[in-house]
Amino acid sequence: MSTQTTPGTTGTTDGGAAAPAPAKARSSRSRLTMRRFVRNRLALVGLAVLVLLFLAAYLGPLFNKWTYEQHDYLAFTSPPTSGHWFGTTQSGQDLFALTMRGLQKSLVIGLLVGVLATLMAATAGAFSAYFGGWTDRSLMWLVDLLLVMPSFLILAVLSPLFRTSGWLIFVLLISIFSWMITGRVVRSMTLTLKDREFVKAAKYMGVPGPVIIFRHIVPNMASLLIIDSVIQVGAAVVFESTLSYFGFGIQAPDVSLGTVISANESNATTYPWLFFFPAAFLVLIGLAVSFIGDGLRDALDPNSANAKAKWAKEMDQHADLSLAGAPGKASEVLNPS
Amino acid sequence: MGRYMLRKLANYLVLVIVAASLTYFLAGLSLNPKAKFEGRNPAVPIATITKSLDDINQNPDTPIVERFATWANGVAHGDLGRTIDNSSVNDDFGRRVGVSTRLLLIATLLGSVGGVALGALGAIKQYRAFDRITTILSFLILATPVFVLGSALQFGATKLNDGSQLIKVTGEYDSQYSGQWGFDALVNRGQHILLPMITLVLLQVALYSRYQRSTMLDVLGSDFLRTARAKGLRRRQALVKHGLRTAVLPVVPLLVYNIVLLFTGATITEKTFGWHGMGEWLVSSITRNDINSVAAVGLFTAIVVLIAGLLSDLLYAALDPRVRT
Repeated sequence: MSTQTTPGTTGTTDGGAAAPAPAKARSSRSRLTMRRFVRNRLALVGLAVLVLLFLAAYLGPLFNKWTYEQHDYLAFTSPPTSGHWFGTTQSGQDLFALTMRGLQKSLVIGLLVGVLATLMAATAGAFSAYFGGWTDRSLMWLVDLLLVMPSFLILAVLSPLFRTSGWLIFVLLISIFSWMITGRVVRSMTLTLKDREFVKAAKYMGVPGPVIIFRHIVPNMASLLIIDSVIQVGAAVVFESTLSYFGFGIQAPDVSLGTVISANESNATTYPWLFFFPAAFLVLIGLAVSFIGDGLRDALDPNSANAKAKWAKEMDQHADLSLAGAPGKASEVLNPS
Repeated sequence: MGRYMLRKLANYLVLVIVAASLTYFLAGLSLNPKAKFEGRNPAVPIATITKSLDDINQNPDTPIVERFATWANGVAHGDLGRTIDNSSVNDDFGRRVGVSTRLLLIATLLGSVGGVALGALGAIKQYRAFDRITTILSFLILATPVFVLGSALQFGATKLNDGSQLIKVTGEYDSQYSGQWGFDALVNRGQHILLPMITLVLLQVALYSRYQRSTMLDVLGSDFLRTARAKGLRRRQALVKHGLRTAVLPVVPLLVYNIVLLFTGATITEKTFGWHGMGEWLVSSITRNDINSVAAVGLFTAIVVLIAGLLSDLLYAALDPRVRT
């Protein structure tokens, strides 16, 4: 978890309520973050993979002879060939077209849930801590309740309802069940931010509570929220594909990666590519997203050893032990060489 | 201490009752038991439909509050109602509860202990090969949906078996061992449980080791650990007695929420490996529009959460040096 300690890093300059940091500091911080992120090779690979997945999902079908609804009656369960890059299903559908279509759906749902759930978490957590009292108690009770309700069960039970009302409702429902943990973290961070001078100043100038929350408190948690929304994307993709796999998610004729896998599962042992291709793309989304999240966390964390440049690590190695206590040097303290 | 635990218990009880009731309401409003009689030829008379749905308290035309009152009254007396086929929900429940509990209990024990151990080791060996490999592996497992993991394991085992019957890929036991617990039967059960267990344990180890690694890293740089070393403890003693004990604390409450996640994981695992447990029952009940059976599964998960919550509170109290009993 990284906490930003410079108010105004997000560039809010309004009525002097927030003490705006000098512009130089702001640009250097974002540049530093960028530099650190680029230094993290895994995170860069993750980002590249995610961009490639997007390009494949939306541009791939343009280069493909087959659409996902067509059947090739001359090729049933054919292995991957030049005509069908990923082979075909039992009914002669082109697996590449199906997989790309499913990939589009999974990526869009994942991104939407990531944004929605993070917004919910920021709003609920900040309101809870800022207003305290009954607002706090009831919101936190709701968090507890949603955490003990098995989301899979609830969404599966509700699936007949959104079968007719389209997949955006489905996205909303997934979001409703994925904001609680982040909401708690936001709440505890708001509690510390609440007592800071710039918030107090705004309060005594008569700025209404909701405005203070969205203009001064939430922007100060930007880094946490960004990291969390990225992680949320991965979780949402896994959740959505699981529900769809059981028939409780995306409904035919539309496809998602989960439905592609479940439709062809009975043939998977004999024709492994039917399982392997869609499953591989599903895992790729999750991996790419978690590497990006990890890289962001390292880059935004002011004292993460992984983000430091080589020379800084060298300095750490030879650091005087009296300076010990920062993370990353623990191994030396406990490892008297 | 006693009063604190009682307050906790009361809070959990309220949560569980609300969660179970909410599940009933959602299922009652969303599922349509009439579907069973639709599209039959010759068409079933309305009176017959109404009568048979009233008999099992699953008639959508009865107000939901009324149906809920009947159901809750039955549950209070230990009767979970009738299924859509007018058999007893209690019988189904009894048959399946053992299957799921066995799977969940063993997997939770192995998974949480393994996860904590791996996470702590990863933190101590930060950025070395062991840490990097476990980190990447746990990312890989967490990025993989459970049904993909299960199917992949099945696929691998089939290849590994190569026609032999060493690892069984479906079912809980072979039919000839039904109800037996002798040596042969246990070996047979072991062959069956191997894959579902690996699936669930991997899932949890990946999850817990991530948490444990980060809490352990926070502790490693702390003053009290240096104090422990300074008073002459060996590194290993200091790490286990002072470090691990403190670092496990924040992970303990997560046990409750992960039980819910694990239940979902178990549902998928049961379905993939053909185990007739609670999870499989849930999926089939929803497809058959069987409100009372879904509500029974909801009740089961609520009770599991209650037990997990109490256990984690007790564990927390036992581990936290600041809680004086």
